[in-house]
Amino acid sequence: MTPVSSKLYTDDVSLLVVLIDTNPFFWNSVKSNLPFSKFISHVLAFLNSILLVNQQNQVVVLATGHNSCDYVFDSSVAQSQNQRAEHLLQKLEEFVDKDESLCREESVDGQGFSLLSGSLSMALCYIQRVFRSGPLHPHPRILCLHGSPDGPGQYVAIMNSIFSAQRSMVPIDACVIGTQHSAFLQQASYITGGVYLKPQLLDGLFQYLSTVFATDLHSRAFLQLPKPAGVDFRASCFCHKNTIDMGYICSVCLSIFCKHQKKCSTCGSVFGQAQAQDSSTPPNPNPKRKTPMDA
Amino acid sequence: MSRQESSTNEGRKFKRGDEDEDDEEDGKGREAWERTYADERSWESLQEDESGLLRPIDNKTLYHAQYRRRLRTSTTTRIQKGLIRYLYIVIDLSRAAGETDYKPSRMVVVARQVEAFIREFFDQNPLSQIGLLTLKDGVANSLTDLGGSPESHIKALMGKLTSSGDASLQNGLDLVHSHLNQMPTYGHREVLILYSSLNTCDPSDIMETIQKCKASKIRCSVIGLSAELYICKYLCQETGGSYYVAVDEHHLKELVFEHAPPPPAIAEFAIANLIKMGFPQRAAEGVISICSCHKEAKVGGGYTCPRCKARICDLPTECQICGLTLVSSPHLARSYHHLFPITPFDDVAPSVSSDPRYLAKNCFGCQQTLLNPGNMPGSRVCCPKCKQYFCLDCDIYIHESLHNCPGCESFRHSKSNGTVEG
Ligand SMILES: [Zn+2]
Ligand SMILES: [Zn+2]
Ligand SMILES: [Zn+2]
Ligand SMILES: [Zn+2]
Ligand SMILES: [Zn+2]
Ligand SMILES: [Zn+2]
Repeated sequence: MTPVSSKLYTDDVSLLVVLIDTNPFFWNSVKSNLPFSKFISHVLAFLNSILLVNQQNQVVVLATGHNSCDYVFDSSVAQSQNQRAEHLLQKLEEFVDKDESLCREESVDGQGFSLLSGSLSMALCYIQRVFRSGPLHPHPRILCLHGSPDGPGQYVAIMNSIFSAQRSMVPIDACVIGTQHSAFLQQASYITGGVYLKPQLLDGLFQYLSTVFATDLHSRAFLQLPKPAGVDFRASCFCHKNTIDMGYICSVCLSIFCKHQKKCSTCGSVFGQAQAQDSSTPPNPNPKRKTPMDA
Repeated sequence: MSRQESSTNEGRKFKRGDEDEDDEEDGKGREAWERTYADERSWESLQEDESGLLRPIDNKTLYHAQYRRRLRTSTTTRIQKGLIRYLYIVIDLSRAAGETDYKPSRMVVVARQVEAFIREFFDQNPLSQIGLLTLKDGVANSLTDLGGSPESHIKALMGKLTSSGDASLQNGLDLVHSHLNQMPTYGHREVLILYSSLNTCDPSDIMETIQKCKASKIRCSVIGLSAELYICKYLCQETGGSYYVAVDEHHLKELVFEHAPPPPAIAEFAIANLIKMGFPQRAAEGVISICSCHKEAKVGGGYTCPRCKARICDLPTECQICGLTLVSSPHLARSYHHLFPITPFDDVAPSVSSDPRYLAKNCFGCQQTLLNPGNMPGSRVCCPKCKQYFCLDCDIYIHESLHNCPGCESFRHSKSNGTVEG
């Protein structure tokens, strides 16, 4: 790391970690809407504007692939200003080729989604390194440019990342370019205090990026940013990795199951038969508890 | 040790962090400019070598060794904790609570600790509920019913701080018993009594009440503020609780906070159960709807019951219409890292890693170089599953805060994959 303590960081200097979804299955499906090449040109313009608006700003780009994740760009690594874009594009191309070569076997857990939990974890490790570099450092935030559907199998890993980001006060912003909303990213921005946006017209992606996601965290407080259009709090069951909005919870370890079980597969507890299985119809409902607390 | 930890960012910046909240008080009394220097303590990171030259201390390996020790002791026996608790906090507000041996008075100190405790309690026991009770003028008063919202308890507590009359332990226990006896059996029933008085002024035989609590499996604990009382000791012994007398405010805080982590689930006390729950969606900001809990029209916020689609203001709660238990799923997910701990990383012996060609140059997580000055391989660890290399700082962060291995998470076929990053 460059000797940061010698630089004077003000409160509007940003470290922007961008996670780009490169999942080929997703980009194939939206070809007509917004081809990957066009998407990248929007993103490059956006990243350049971040670096130009304050010369101390730092940008790190991670590729979220279908089979792997990797760093593709770091503006703190010395390179000439004119070759930034070429550098990024070259690394990105290498990454996409490598990612594709890993894709030989038929995956067991479905193939629609990309490895968001991996790139989020890596981004958080990078941000911790910046925190370690000294008491003065740029203010970090994460921006997910994501299109693939959520992979329910990543539920626990993504939630772990979200809580770690929340503890370190790193907001996770999300710009969803797919057709569906992402429940993971809605929860991520809601919990970490980031911005969640699903642009209507992808032709104007650069406009969305530069008006919503370009401002530093300090100035953000003065802006009218998009309000979340609801948060999808559905969880994944541990038994089939289905996304559910109602389920059964083990009272010992809080594991979620979509169907009634005799024994908890996570902690091994055998469930008592004494109580009715459905707590919503208790044997002797107590009318007193039903009254609202502050009535 | 604590010094180093306060300069790693996490512990200081975020107060609710459950793992690392060692010393927040550390930097409070200083001016901002002083703190910059005090936090850095640059003079301490230097040592003299044999030739008298100043060079940085290799703190990293030291802290890493300490972390390793922590990891070894903490990874076992995390599971099997009864995470659903019904706890009544009974606060003695008799004449004795007005005494000023604690500054400014016993009841103010108790209230302050209870406030902090309530917040900590809900962080560690997401599905549990607390109720508040006061003992005053010989009677017991219910301050709040059992509920899951920390703010409403704290508000009720702070509004009622006056002391008078005598305390009646029996009346308090009777009231708690009548409330807790109706709770489902899969939860732990507990009482925590903060007792200032040196006597109890009861209407009938308290021994009967104690036996009644024992029969209902209510675990009673008492923290005394003055001196040891036989009846309190007897109560705690009979019901399986703990009894301590605090010597000062700091000790009191320690004693109170001992009750925040969930007690081990003893089969005798709670029956494991499967509870049906719903995960409501949060409505869009700015939408107007009528909530079922207050029967009022409200703008924005609010959650929708997934079964009957009724609108609720706050979680966790029970749906007013269909009775489904409603929780926020992230609330549950906070404890999942206990269920799926990641394997400790292996140290990579320097002798094995002598061939620089064979090794990754950068940490897989943070890209920090893993080479010492002079291009010699430095200390590093390796994930036994994905075979990626990590620096020691990332190792600590991954196991103590992130709880994901970035390597394992970023390869779909992690078993068959032994790739070394260039
Ligand atoms: Zn299932
Ligand atoms: Zn379980
Ligand atoms: Zn309401
Ligand atoms: Zn309902
Ligand atoms: Zn690292
Ligand atoms: Zn791993």
